[in-house]
Amino acid sequence: MKKNYDVIVIGGGPAGLAAAIKAHDSGKAVLLVERENRLGGILKQCIHDGFGLVRFKEKLSGPEYAERFIDEFYEKKIDYSVLTFVTRIEKKENGFAVTLVSRDGVTTVGANSLVFATGCRERTAKQVAIHGTRPAGVFTAGTAQHFTNLLGELPTKKCVILGSGDIGLIMARRLTLEGAEVVGVYEAKPTPSGLTRNIHQCLHDYNIPLYLSHTVTRVFGADRLTAVEISEVDDKMNPIAGTEQIVECDALILSVGLIPENELAEGLGVKIDPRTKGPAVNGQLMTSIDGVFSCGNALHVNDLVDYVSESGETAGENAAAYEKKERREIDLTASGEFLYVVPQKLDLNRDNSRTTVYFRSREILDKCVFKIKKDGQEVFKKKYPFLRPPEMEKLVIDFDSFKLDESSELKLEIEVNAE
Amino acid sequence: MKELVCIVCPRGCTMTLEGEGKDVKVSGNSCKRGAEFAVSEMTEPKRTICTTVKTAFPDVPVLPVRVSKEIPKDKIFDVMAEINKVTVEKRIKRGEPIIKDVLGLGADIIATSGVLDE
Repeated sequence: MKKNYDVIVIGGGPAGLAAAIKAHDSGKAVLLVERENRLGGILKQCIHDGFGLVRFKEKLSGPEYAERFIDEFYEKKIDYSVLTFVTRIEKKENGFAVTLVSRDGVTTVGANSLVFATGCRERTAKQVAIHGTRPAGVFTAGTAQHFTNLLGELPTKKCVILGSGDIGLIMARRLTLEGAEVVGVYEAKPTPSGLTRNIHQCLHDYNIPLYLSHTVTRVFGADRLTAVEISEVDDKMNPIAGTEQIVECDALILSVGLIPENELAEGLGVKIDPRTKGPAVNGQLMTSIDGVFSCGNALHVNDLVDYVSESGETAGENAAAYEKKERREIDLTASGEFLYVVPQKLDLNRDNSRTTVYFRSREILDKCVFKIKKDGQEVFKKKYPFLRPPEMEKLVIDFDSFKLDESSELKLEIEVNAE
Repeated sequence: MKELVCIVCPRGCTMTLEGEGKDVKVSGNSCKRGAEFAVSEMTEPKRTICTTVKTAFPDVPVLPVRVSKEIPKDKIFDVMAEINKVTVEKRIKRGEPIIKDVLGLGADIIATSGVLDE
């Protein structure tokens, strides 16, 4: 490890690997820091296939996808440090001082720019306010996946899954394959959270029932979970009295959402967008702090790893090219039909001719038109047969062609029920 | 008429099928792979399975594996039973077969990670 790097990438999952490779390819000195003992991030335990369809036109498993990047990373002899935590980041006159803790002790390393590729974490039972005792057997889907796929220990014989996020659906199939009984997947919302194909290939294929507008209201058990209480919910997702039923099970598996992990970035004063729960960024994926870039699931929770790698490359390339320059930023304002839009800003002092825009709709919408308006005038539109919140959309837009200046008002809108 | 959701890619097209067997007419698909999937679903549904296999190494207790090509959907649990009989005792590489031609289905069970080889 050197004393100073051009770029330090924090996180060795798919976003961080892509960012480090891209920054290295730009001729810069790069250090990648990873807290686990191996590179690859969450893909190490995502042994199911379906990764890389967009990027490689192949159906790869998580480890296969990750190892393509890891092999390239090792071949390029990029510096890295595993089992290493970042404990402190200080903004200096020229760049940053990053304090690392590893088995070798504590060191401080300098960097011109930083890439946060810190991923996301799962919402837990506490965050969904389930009442009752605190027995063993309540896991997040990712924890159940870790037990099953990395440790080879089946965490349940008979379970209930709460939440229809993709990891929950994938684990419903996985546990069934390993001989466990999945009583059902219960979702509080009236529509599934996961990808439609996962409802089919993970639940329907294995005759696992999906109950919409249902939630778990109580857990039972002293040492180990023995049962859960399930209630129907109304359209405001409040449990309906009198609909309670008791379901016996030894595990409750939660797939109730993911939250970008940005404590380190926030410590530096990076501004967070309440919609994405990740940093607000410009088209270069630079956050509100000069020289600090964000990508992957730390930026916003993606459904496809292909886009995680893509944003990693964008962040890595821009972090490598970073030099301090005055900003001239305007907002990309999104109407209420959007759940979120990334990026949130455009810096008119940078190239915006090939800017990737990621967005999700707030609700399921049929026959709609995505529009960009500049000062009330339509400058771009694209039709969609449907938009679904679980399926993120991506567009590459030449914003420079709109001849923007500081006074330009850029609004993104979705027109619904368009012919 | 039958509705079918395509599972080939994350787009998840809802397809409408008219007719039976190989002569089925498919609409609603966005690409040719969707139509192929629809015909296969109507004649001989196939799936990929991804699972793990036990190893003899305490640092890597299980190794991720998958079938090298799709297998009939109704053979999934038979193939799982075969995989569960095996223990990997060599530090094999990614892509190496663990079972060749499992149950005579023409598919190998292959390692999907090089973690044993690191």
